[in-house]
Amino acid sequence: MNPANYLFLSALLFTLGASGVLLRRNAIVVFMCIELMLNATNLAFVTFARMNGNLDGQVIAFFVMVVAAAEVVVGLAIIVTIFRTRRSASVDEANLLKY
Amino acid sequence: MSALSAAGAAAAQHPALLAAAHTSTGEAVTFWVLAPIAVLAALGMLFSRKAVHSALFLAVTMVCLAVLYLAQDAPFLGVVQVVVYTGAVMMLFLFVLMLVGVDASDSLIETIRGQRLAAGLAAIGFALLLFTGVGDALTDTSSGLAGANSSGNVQGLAALVFGKYVYAFEITSALLITAALASMVLAHRERDEPAPTQRQISRARFQVGAHPGALPGPGVYARHNAVDTPALLPDGTPAEVSVSKALVSRGLTRPAEHTELPEGPRPGEPEPDYTSNQLGKGPTP
Repeated sequence: MNPANYLFLSALLFTLGASGVLLRRNAIVVFMCIELMLNATNLAFVTFARMNGNLDGQVIAFFVMVVAAAEVVVGLAIIVTIFRTRRSASVDEANLLKY
Repeated sequence: MSALSAAGAAAAQHPALLAAAHTSTGEAVTFWVLAPIAVLAALGMLFSRKAVHSALFLAVTMVCLAVLYLAQDAPFLGVVQVVVYTGAVMMLFLFVLMLVGVDASDSLIETIRGQRLAAGLAAIGFALLLFTGVGDALTDTSSGLAGANSSGNVQGLAALVFGKYVYAFEITSALLITAALASMVLAHRERDEPAPTQRQISRARFQVGAHPGALPGPGVYARHNAVDTPALLPDGTPAEVSVSKALVSRGLTRPAEHTELPEGPRPGEPEPDYTSNQLGKGPTP
């Protein structure tokens, strides 16, 4: 097996996450799809590290994980705040700026 | 042909190069078992209507990716993936899901006409773009991590994190502190009035005019004493307040035809004969 198969898996998972962001309307599920995209990029980074024979890719994947953890904390706090004021976690309901 | 022979000569010079370009059989088996599971779980996350199911499917994908990291000479990242993602992040997701309400499932009505079709087409186009990009960038040489991991994966990563990338690492700590503060500020709610005293709570409870005491327990006089079975009132109708509202909103209560007695004593009807099914100890007429 060629290690490039990991890259194809990563591209497939990234596409699934991106289409989930476009399709789903529950804000929490949209957020999970973003997490899936971040995970797919991490897999690509780890594969690139292996193909190039140095550990820089793994360090970048590690930083992506840290930033993703921070992003999840802030994003979920925003979702909870929106839910408190509008009693809904749907992204369709947050349309105050539309009018 | 000349390129092939050149590659063959290069492989003859560096036998390790050719060995690293193709993975071992064990790794191939791991990949072909885990990759379909990861993709299927991602599809399940995409198409399951309940958010809790989506979260569990995402956890499956993340565990599969952790094992794939382990297979790719990244043991540190594999363990961190399990601890941070499937441990902390998914637990946070489930926590917020429970807070926001598990019964909130997506509606299937399209608010923008043709949104699903457009999103599907965009996804297919994006996938083609990514795949051709990856396919173009591919080289057959893969040097492997045996050299870089020679003094241990964690030691190698530490040398990079605390050496070459130490500035980014310090910035990361500032980012984490900022994120923690931001989430506290966002999730904090100021109380605009003083907390009600026990006297006020008690007065408010009796002023509504509703039943002030404890609610009836579930399953009283019904055919089951489970928590999902409403108690029966003296006229045989189910008492709705005896079942938890969370069970009602999720549709988990036992349906009414199972709670009513099929041929129970109705008011004004003669008492049925219980002597046959109560071991002769029933009321005698």
